[in-house]
Amino acid sequence: MDKILSMLADPNMQWIFLGCTLLGLSSGVIGCFSYLRKQSLMGDTLAHAALPGICIAFMLTGVKSIGLFLIGAGIAGLAATLGIGYITRNSKLKQDAAMGIVLSGFFGLGIVLLTFIQHGNYGNQSGLDKFMFGQAASMIASDVVAMTIVCGLLISVCALLFKQFKIISFDPGFARGIGYPVAFLEQLLMFLIVVAVVAGIQAVGVVLVAALLITPAVSARYWTDRLGLMVILSGLIGAASGAAGTWISASVSNLPTGPVTVLAATMLFGISVLFGPKRGLVAKRLMRRKAKRRFNRDTELHAQGSVKKEAAL
Amino acid sequence: MSEFWILLTGALVASCCGILGVFLVLRKMAMIGDAISHSVMPGIVIAFLLSGSRDSLLMMFAALVFGLLTTFLIQMFQNSGIQSDASIGVVFTALFAIGVVLVSLYARQVHLDQDAILYGEIAYVHWNIWELGGMNMGPKAVWLLGFTLLVIVAVITIFYKQFKLCAFDPALAAAIGIPAAAFHYLLMGLVSMATVSSFESVGAILVVGLLIIPASTAYLLTDRLGVMIMLSVAAGVASTFIGYYAAALLDASIAGCMVCAAGVLFAAALLFSPTQGIVVKKLRLRRLAS
Amino acid sequence: MNVTTTAAAQHTNTVAPLAIRGLSVAYQKKPVLRNVSFEVKEGELIGVIGPNGAGKSTLMKAALGLIPSIGGEVLVYGKSYKQQRKLIGYVPQRESVDWDFPTNALDVVLMGRYGHLGWFRRPGAKEKAIAVECLSKVGMADYADRQISQLSGGQQQRVFLARALAQDAKLYFMDEPFAGVDAATEKAIITLLQELKLQGKTVIVVHHDLATVQDYFDSVLLLNVELQAYGPTAQTFTQEHLQRTYGGRLAFLDRNLQSPPPSGKGE
Repeated sequence: MDKILSMLADPNMQWIFLGCTLLGLSSGVIGCFSYLRKQSLMGDTLAHAALPGICIAFMLTGVKSIGLFLIGAGIAGLAATLGIGYITRNSKLKQDAAMGIVLSGFFGLGIVLLTFIQHGNYGNQSGLDKFMFGQAASMIASDVVAMTIVCGLLISVCALLFKQFKIISFDPGFARGIGYPVAFLEQLLMFLIVVAVVAGIQAVGVVLVAALLITPAVSARYWTDRLGLMVILSGLIGAASGAAGTWISASVSNLPTGPVTVLAATMLFGISVLFGPKRGLVAKRLMRRKAKRRFNRDTELHAQGSVKKEAAL
Repeated sequence: MSEFWILLTGALVASCCGILGVFLVLRKMAMIGDAISHSVMPGIVIAFLLSGSRDSLLMMFAALVFGLLTTFLIQMFQNSGIQSDASIGVVFTALFAIGVVLVSLYARQVHLDQDAILYGEIAYVHWNIWELGGMNMGPKAVWLLGFTLLVIVAVITIFYKQFKLCAFDPALAAAIGIPAAAFHYLLMGLVSMATVSSFESVGAILVVGLLIIPASTAYLLTDRLGVMIMLSVAAGVASTFIGYYAAALLDASIAGCMVCAAGVLFAAALLFSPTQGIVVKKLRLRRLAS
Repeated sequence: MNVTTTAAAQHTNTVAPLAIRGLSVAYQKKPVLRNVSFEVKEGELIGVIGPNGAGKSTLMKAALGLIPSIGGEVLVYGKSYKQQRKLIGYVPQRESVDWDFPTNALDVVLMGRYGHLGWFRRPGAKEKAIAVECLSKVGMADYADRQISQLSGGQQQRVFLARALAQDAKLYFMDEPFAGVDAATEKAIITLLQELKLQGKTVIVVHHDLATVQDYFDSVLLLNVELQAYGPTAQTFTQEHLQRTYGGRLAFLDRNLQSPPPSGKGE
């Protein structure tokens, strides 16, 4: 306990702790919408697609700043979503293949650019691969301030446009019918996911950032059937994972924050799968047993009934 | 000589992935391939910790176990009502995270870094030589990949009929008594094998590129399954060659260039496929209109 | 339960092509099929009708062992279906497969022979000849080389039927073969089904269009989770039974069944 307290007294640690918690919170919130739109892996695709965008932003400016990276990744993410849409509309390839093609194609391009940066004279390039694979411990105060602003923005946009996001997730056709600018809202939601992804890459890395979007949302779905509650729960689960990840990784040497955060989220997911009311495995097992018992009783009654009828005949 | 070995390694990776990728694309499981290529990582690390070397059959076996575990978990969560996308995402990130944690905890014993797993080191493939009784037998990676390719070709040839029907119409397959689930796991086992024998050379994410992109290219060029497999392998091998020389020219990552080349070939097929290309379709429409 | 069932389920001397006893299927909480029992007679064309969600497709899938049942048994010619797979032909719903699959019409029909080929043999010249013959029976011989996505809905359905013919079965399950096909195809399909019947085969068809039931089927099975009625169409396809099956939601009944139904075709 003392150890934890002393850790929290370290100002640098406080920053990281705050950053990861906020990150978990906002990714959890956004993740709900991408889950409901059946686009869970879009986060993964956008994370990989962000690489060339970030590299180009770095090559053009030579500075490592989250704001510039956001712009680069945002443009790359937009290109990726347009690419996926173009492939699925214009060929017989399905969404999954289109996503795989864009994901790996962009990432391949990113790696090529990354080697350019490593071989070129770009000064402090060593920070860039750290950025790609996530190193929460390397976050400094200014990073966390940027992250706080980004997360605050994400959450407030979601709160303001909750109704709109809800309806385009459930029934985009209907939303169009009542006059919502569906294409704009969809693009906006996609952009918010890109923002969450870029903010998350720094802490947990390209591969694992998808988990921050998906796992809390799926876990929350186990506890409630109402979207509002689901979004709040998902945010809380994300925040708890971020907090736990920072804590555990700080108390054991050599443990990276990102994977531990993801594993904390996975643990909460496991608990939800087992014990969620109605949908959880335990609840289902109980329900099935009850149904089977009721079914057996019914068939017995039926059988008795028909025997009686036959006897009457 | 190094050039020859690098190209041979690349061609073998492309062949393994090209064949399996066709079935992944047709069964709409491209992203499951992506998931497996990441989630075999803890298996690789565990095998490495147990055996202390990078090239044992144990590694292959461990990856196989984790590949099948991934498949099983995804299936299980899907059956319990989670969307397939989301169950893929939850499972592979969790397993990959375990892998990263293991690497970080045993960093001193494990000479595997994330970079190697994600990018691969095809440029150094000829440094790791297999010696048999003092004789130089060529790079280990080539032998490993050759063996994997042999297994894949054998299994797919023997059970071609079953794989085809399971991909096209699983309900009929089940109705005539083909154990569809067994073939699902067999396919995923092969994907895990291909991933683990390729990851050292081209890295996890680029394996995905070579699994999905050439197969998709082939899908746009033909209407026959057999031809599609051939074309997929051809597109993959062509990508490795183009990629290698482009990388030499640009002084960039070889694996990265290979995937970019695959992407360029795909874009060409998407636009100019003689039957389904976008440009060709447009021209045909214009001719009809005039 | 109801009198018609017990009457129809009376044992005949020959072994029934399909005998189902007490079949129950449940997804999660709700039973989708409850305690369904019936026996079909050889050489009949049987229509399975009922509202959406009545368990029509489920009945077929459970009979074929494609989904697990929680109770009951299914006998095909007196044995479990697992031993009799070669006697069963199955036509799934057309939407259940991806028609962009890289293959042509002849190849799809060839798939019908896979069950007879065993594990390792490949389709050869003999299989090919059978497939071509089956294609020409459904009037699709000219389309053998056509990529399947380039066929119209009706043509795709005919290819599926040809594949079922290639299975050379004695008992056929067809899941909505008439869904979304044009009038010409519907006519071709029903002619083919009549032909199968004349060859002594038994065909069970999930059907939606109540207007054609009396023309097409010898027997009709009304299903809504439980078996509502089963027997010869003339006696079973009555307003009372339909009312019970569909729960009075059908305006159709009043118009078409005001007058006593015309006697069924197969009688």
